[in-house]
Amino acid sequence: MADAALTASPGAGVAGRGRFAARAARAVWPVLMIVGVIVAIWYAACLPMNVKESLNQAERAGAVIVPEGGQARRDASPWVLMAQNPGHLGGVWSQDRPRLPAPHQVAVELYETTVGMALAGRAFSNRSLFTHAWVTLSATLLGFGIGTALGILLAVGIVHNRAMDMSVMPWAIASQTIPILALAPMIIVVLNSVGISGLLPKALISAYLSFFPVVVGMVKGLRAPEAAQLDLLRTYSATRAETLWKLRLPASMPYLFASLKVGVAASLVGAIVAELPTGAVAGLGARLLAGSYYGQTVQIWSALFAAALLAAALVGLIALAQRLVLGRMGMAR
Amino acid sequence: MALIAGSLVFWAVAWWLNVRLAASRWAGTAAGRLAVPAIFGLTLLVLWEGLVRGLQVPSVILPPPSAIAARFAVSTDILWADFVQTFVKGALTGYAIGAVAAFAVALAADRWEVLRRGMLPVGSFMAALPIVGTAPILVMWFGFDWQSKAAVVVVMVFFPILVNTVEGLRAADAMQRDLMITYAASPVQTLLKLRLPAAMPFVFNGLKISTTLALIGAIVAEFFGSPTLGMGFRISTEVGRLALDMVWAEIVVAALAGSAFYGAVALIERRVTFWHPSQRGRG
Repeated sequence: MADAALTASPGAGVAGRGRFAARAARAVWPVLMIVGVIVAIWYAACLPMNVKESLNQAERAGAVIVPEGGQARRDASPWVLMAQNPGHLGGVWSQDRPRLPAPHQVAVELYETTVGMALAGRAFSNRSLFTHAWVTLSATLLGFGIGTALGILLAVGIVHNRAMDMSVMPWAIASQTIPILALAPMIIVVLNSVGISGLLPKALISAYLSFFPVVVGMVKGLRAPEAAQLDLLRTYSATRAETLWKLRLPASMPYLFASLKVGVAASLVGAIVAELPTGAVAGLGARLLAGSYYGQTVQIWSALFAAALLAAALVGLIALAQRLVLGRMGMAR
Repeated sequence: MALIAGSLVFWAVAWWLNVRLAASRWAGTAAGRLAVPAIFGLTLLVLWEGLVRGLQVPSVILPPPSAIAARFAVSTDILWADFVQTFVKGALTGYAIGAVAAFAVALAADRWEVLRRGMLPVGSFMAALPIVGTAPILVMWFGFDWQSKAAVVVVMVFFPILVNTVEGLRAADAMQRDLMITYAASPVQTLLKLRLPAAMPFVFNGLKISTTLALIGAIVAEFFGSPTLGMGFRISTEVGRLALDMVWAEIVVAALAGSAFYGAVALIERRVTFWHPSQRGRG
């Protein structure tokens, strides 16, 4: 688009736009193809996964199935069953509790528990995914905010204090190789036993998970200014605080946004996992757990997709903020 | 009271020592770089021990490090069994399968341009998603034993390794490729002698990120159902019984296993990519 704006002739703009569209299409088609292949494989995989339940259902409805009786089919290979009963496979995509729900079943469930319930005026009832997504999202955002703020503070301290740098930094890096998520159940239960429950324990786990990526990224970012730039500020006799505000912090923005993207995804995972050990009643993690207890596979899959959409939206929002901020600062790539 | 005062004094002394060390000429040496964080870690342990004992924090809230160490020492056989179940069977198996699969798909994506263009955005998208959420589904499909945990790990490590390998296979620059063309090298030769070695720093980046993911996947998957052993199983049941010293002992095992796993992959990386600027001058 930029080259189109530079040329004066009116036709060039159109040609530039055409080229832009062509480039966008070139980028989109392969992605659509891959997504299409995945959906096709998904539909095909429903056949062997759901064939036994589907045949049982067909037999109860009066169809003749080879071999007869669910008992005889229990240990049979799904491929053999599919070959022997080609006429009775329609049910694999419409089971109530399939081993693998078909994509459209998940889509319908997602629609019914979000838009459908909103249209019925029950957008925030207990069955609505909006309720559960909000419970998880609020913990994620609170934790992400806490973790990011503390992370930036610690990074500023590390950059300005050599003793702190040498003491804390190796541990901050090492802690990234540790499965911190394993602490989640204990934090929840311990905080519960001292009377803190609800949003805060989940937010603390989210904060913990987003904390370290932000520290490591921000230390890198605050050290990004070149020696010449730091020297220039010294010739201005700038104080350390001025150097921080006018040079180090602006220079660290690209690093900050990169670690924010990692951090927000980690925060969401933290909030979801934090809902598992207490048997929480609300939240996307609670939906996953309840679905796995009661064999409600469609519910699990729709909670999973809701979580994925939420993660994509959060990362997308940060990417948008990144483009706006870095664009305004003249740092856009 | 003496315990609290003592640990606070220890803190002050250690702080002073670290400030002095960081300012001294020892700071640049290997000994200094090791001593300062070691003193800091020791200070944390002493503070923890002193404050927990001094303030008489009940052990169902936070056990002191000495109690955790004692628990660790007397239950090494349980910890070892859990470690084998979760780490060796679940995490390592899944990690190996996931890495090989991701590598194979990356090679295919490198061979067919359309596949790469489609795979890269989808892969980066998937890598940012909360994939641990697939755990209940995979536990339902593959049963309670380690196979389902390995399956979760496969899905978790697949996308980071895939994205990094595909990126890495494009790392060789045009000049180097041209050189291979002037040698009349076949595509396979170019792949083996130039592009795969050039991709290795990226591949190892993905492999290193995935070490932690593998362990997380194996542990979290056990929260959705497992046989009566495994690190995730032990953590969730001992938390329920408020035996927090055992929980902390499992967390120590997880931390050691995670660091050792990462360290091992980093060591292999140093051997394989000894030529890369980031590895030079590291003895």
